[in-house]
Amino acid sequence: MKTFDGYRRPDGSIGVRNHVIVINTVGELSALTRKIANLTPGVIPVIHHGGVAQFPEDHTQTLRTLVGTAGHSNVSATLVVGTENDPIAQEIYKILKKKGKPVHTVCLNKNQKIPEILHEGRSWLLTALENSKKEVREQCDITELIVGLECGGSDAWSGITANPSIGAFSDMIIREGGTSVLAETTEAIGAEHILASNAINREVGREFLDIVRTYEHRIKQTGEDIRSANPTPGNMAGGLTTLEEKSLGCIKKGGGTPLKEVISYAGKPTEKGFVFMDTPGYDVESVCGLAAGGAQVVLFSTGKGSPTGSPIVPVIKIGTNPKVYEIMSEHIDINAGKIIDQNKSINDIGKEIFDKVITVSNGEKTAAENELNQEFAIWRLAESI
Amino acid sequence: MEVSYNALKLHPKDNVAVALKRISEGEIVFISNFESNLVALEEIPYGHKISLHVINENEEIKKYGECMGKATNEILVASHVHVHNVRGLNENERLEIINHVMEA
Repeated sequence: MKTFDGYRRPDGSIGVRNHVIVINTVGELSALTRKIANLTPGVIPVIHHGGVAQFPEDHTQTLRTLVGTAGHSNVSATLVVGTENDPIAQEIYKILKKKGKPVHTVCLNKNQKIPEILHEGRSWLLTALENSKKEVREQCDITELIVGLECGGSDAWSGITANPSIGAFSDMIIREGGTSVLAETTEAIGAEHILASNAINREVGREFLDIVRTYEHRIKQTGEDIRSANPTPGNMAGGLTTLEEKSLGCIKKGGGTPLKEVISYAGKPTEKGFVFMDTPGYDVESVCGLAAGGAQVVLFSTGKGSPTGSPIVPVIKIGTNPKVYEIMSEHIDINAGKIIDQNKSINDIGKEIFDKVITVSNGEKTAAENELNQEFAIWRLAESI
Repeated sequence: MEVSYNALKLHPKDNVAVALKRISEGEIVFISNFESNLVALEEIPYGHKISLHVINENEEIKKYGECMGKATNEILVASHVHVHNVRGLNENERLEIINHVMEA
């Protein structure tokens, strides 16, 4: 049985990082949150720009994402920055307490001066940082790993090199009893019949077709057509001709294992195996949803060199062609372009990815982590109110 | 003798190959997984597609062994296959494919 060294949390979940974070509940508190993080080196700010005034579907989705992020297994302790009597802060606090995760809330209120709030936040975080250093890694089974699968800035090589290599990795980790979560509903449009027909049963296949149809319908309601935006001009210059071609390349990340479950944005897989999460194609929001759903590591193929990272999960970047790797090696961890010019096979790169996932899970930093690429954005479904 | 390929056919069912480097007009195209060499009718940019057979108007373009669109006019062998001669599927064509696999 393959193993890695992770952090066992009080709720039984396993983390591959031991971050202390500060997170805001609403966009108005972004600057305050960043100030608290700047006062406390070693603490990671998780900043989002959504507001309280949202339609119910967005309120639920935002809350689910914030709870999943603040309570993530890669996080040792969480400081929540909220407003006075903030229901979101109260909800996050309640859920994290129940999980046994160290959590504290500071709230902007009319009885406390800003420097006092900053001081309170900083003091709590300093103690949390000290405590986090006492936590040690222990041997964990690979079946505890959930790996998110993502692509951004696709080119004609994505579907030939990096994505099928990620697919080979996905098949490998599932054979070992682990879980992989494919994302990006928009990038399945035009190839949805392949994933649907490869579902473990007709019901899961239908569920998958339903989220694709719902997404497409939502886009149509705005008067736009997904086909007029895809492939993008950059995709086309790279040789991608139709939406179908882009999607056929995109779903190669899923490998050949039958689809077991379809989950909502930032939802948690209830089964081990191959899972699909409903997310937009926009990579920052998609990675954010995968992380909030419990993925401890995300694999990310890129043809044009997207620098997207995450504040809480290591993102392993896989370049699709030799040139992008050569030019942007500070962003990119693995060169799948070796399939084009060094006679490497898809399985060779899949194995290289597998080994990298283990070493990164053991603590090795990814390129995006070294560069402090910590993008965070929550998928919005409707207008702000 | 070691053959250096400049194009790659990805699946046995495909009627296009992908250029592994920029191919000039008149250049010989050595295609991995394809039985014969071709002479490029026009320039094929790096990563773009070249036709392996004559493709009739409205015939499916196959890549990865799957349909990625249809020809909007007749495409001669060894031509550049891209947005000027290929369209994506329309709503009805897609529904037909989905219904076909879900009923199978």
